[in-house]
Amino acid sequence: MGEAIVVTSGKGGVGKTTTTANLGTALAMLGKKVCLVDTDIGLRNLDVVMGLENRVIYDLIDVAEGRCRLGQALVKDKRFEDLLYMLPAAQTKDKNDITPEQVKAIVEELKPDFDYVIIDCPAGIEQGFRNAVAGADKAIVVTTPENAAVRDADRVIGLLEKTRIGSPKLLINRIRPSLLKRGEILDVDEVCQVLAIDLIGIVPDDETVIKHANQGEPIVMNPQSRAAIAYRNVARRILGETVPLMPLEEKEGFMRKVRKFFGMG
Amino acid sequence: MSGKTLVTIKGVRDGLVFVLDDRCEWDSLLKELEDKLTRHGQQLSGAAMQVRVRLGRRQVNEDAKEKIRDIIGRYGNLLVESIESDAEGPPAIPRDNLPLYRMSGIVRSGQAVEHDGHLLLLGDVNPGGTVRCTGDIYILGALRGIAHAGCEGDTGAIIAASLMMPMQLRIANVISRPPEEWVSEDSRMEFAYLRGGVMEIDRITQLHRFRKEATLSKGV
Repeated sequence: MGEAIVVTSGKGGVGKTTTTANLGTALAMLGKKVCLVDTDIGLRNLDVVMGLENRVIYDLIDVAEGRCRLGQALVKDKRFEDLLYMLPAAQTKDKNDITPEQVKAIVEELKPDFDYVIIDCPAGIEQGFRNAVAGADKAIVVTTPENAAVRDADRVIGLLEKTRIGSPKLLINRIRPSLLKRGEILDVDEVCQVLAIDLIGIVPDDETVIKHANQGEPIVMNPQSRAAIAYRNVARRILGETVPLMPLEEKEGFMRKVRKFFGMG
Repeated sequence: MSGKTLVTIKGVRDGLVFVLDDRCEWDSLLKELEDKLTRHGQQLSGAAMQVRVRLGRRQVNEDAKEKIRDIIGRYGNLLVESIESDAEGPPAIPRDNLPLYRMSGIVRSGQAVEHDGHLLLLGDVNPGGTVRCTGDIYILGALRGIAHAGCEGDTGAIIAASLMMPMQLRIANVISRPPEEWVSEDSRMEFAYLRGGVMEIDRITQLHRFRKEATLSKGV
C-alpha cells in the first residue's frame, strides 16, 4: 500500500508543480513506483512541466464521472520504464466539478498499485485545496523565503493541522544565496522559527529550472544542477534516509575557484 | 481658593456633563459643586435632565459616589445617569475573579483564539493570527500577530509576551502599531499596558508597579 503526499503552499508561484514533478521523478529514479496527480483543474500545468502534454487522453474529471477507467487516464512516462505515471487534471472544467470524496476515492484506488502518489495542489484554500488534501496521508508545504509566501504557508499549515494529515513537512524553495547573504530575504532559520514544522528540504534558486520546465524535462534529471541535487535529497528524505541539508554557499565557492583559476585567489 | 474652576458644567445634546477636577482636595471639590449648583440653581430648573459626572483620574469609592449623587440629586430635575472615572476600567471589572484559560499550540495566520477571562498561551502567535480576550493575555512564546486584551473595555488589562514582536496590540479601544509608537527594547519578557490612554511597553519586572499588587514572598 503506497503513501499519498500532497504538495501545497497557499500562495501561487512558489513552485508546487515544479516540486511535484521533480520529487516524483526523483523517487522514480530511486526505483519507486510513482503516480503524480494534478488537481489544478482548469489550470493544469503538471503535464506541461513533465513534457507529457500531447499524450493526455482522459483526465481526473473523466475518471470521477465514470467516462473511463482509472487505468485509461494514467499517462505513462516512457523515460522511466514502468515507474512513473501521471493523472492529468481537466482543462475545460473548474474546481467545483469534482468533490473531495471523489478525489479521495481515486487516490485510494491508486495507492495499492504505487509506492507514492504525489498530489499537486492548486493555489488557494478553497474547493481546489480541499479536493487535493482529501485523499492525502502526508503533506509537503512549499514556501519561498518571502514574507507573503510564509504567511500563506502558515495559513495552510493551520488548515492541514485540523485534518487527519496533521503536521506537514516544510520545503523552502528558490533560495537565492546572494540575497540571503545580504540579509535581503528571510533565512532558513527565520522561516522555520515562525512556521515551527519539520524541514524536509531547501532548494536553491536555479535559472535552469525554468529552462527544463519549458523543455518538459524535470531538472532533477540533470545532475549538474544544484536544484536537482536538492530535490534528490528531499526524495531520499521521503524514503527515510538522513541526508544533511546542502550548503547554500557553493556559488561563492565556484566563483572562488574561477578566481583561483585566473590567479586572483 | 485659587481661581481654577474645580467643577465645569457642560451642556451636551442629551443632558449635562459635570467635569470634576481630579487633582484638588475632595472636600473643596464637593464644596464647589454645592456652590455652583446653588448659584446656578435657577438656570438648572425646568425639565428633567440627564447628568453624567466625570471624575477624571480620581479614584473614589462607592460612598463618595453616593455623596455626589446626593448633592446633585437635591435638584429634583437632575438625574445622575453615571459617574465615570478613568482610573478604573469603565465599567469596573473585577479582574482578579476572571477565569484563566490555558492553551498550548501555535495560533497561525487566519486563526483566532477568543476567550472570556485571562488567556495563558504556551506557544506563538504568528503574523496574521489573533488572540482576543476580556482580561489579560500572557504569552509564553513569541507574539508576532495581533493581541487584543480587555476587549470589552477593560483599560487596565495587559498583554505580556516572552518575545514582543506584534503586528498590532490592542487594549480596550486603544490600537497601537509598532514600531510607530514604540519599539521593543530587548529580547526579555515584556508587557504592554495603557497609561493615560496611550500604549506603553515595559519589562515584565515592572508589572508590579503598574498593578500595585501585594507581593507575598516567604523566606528571608
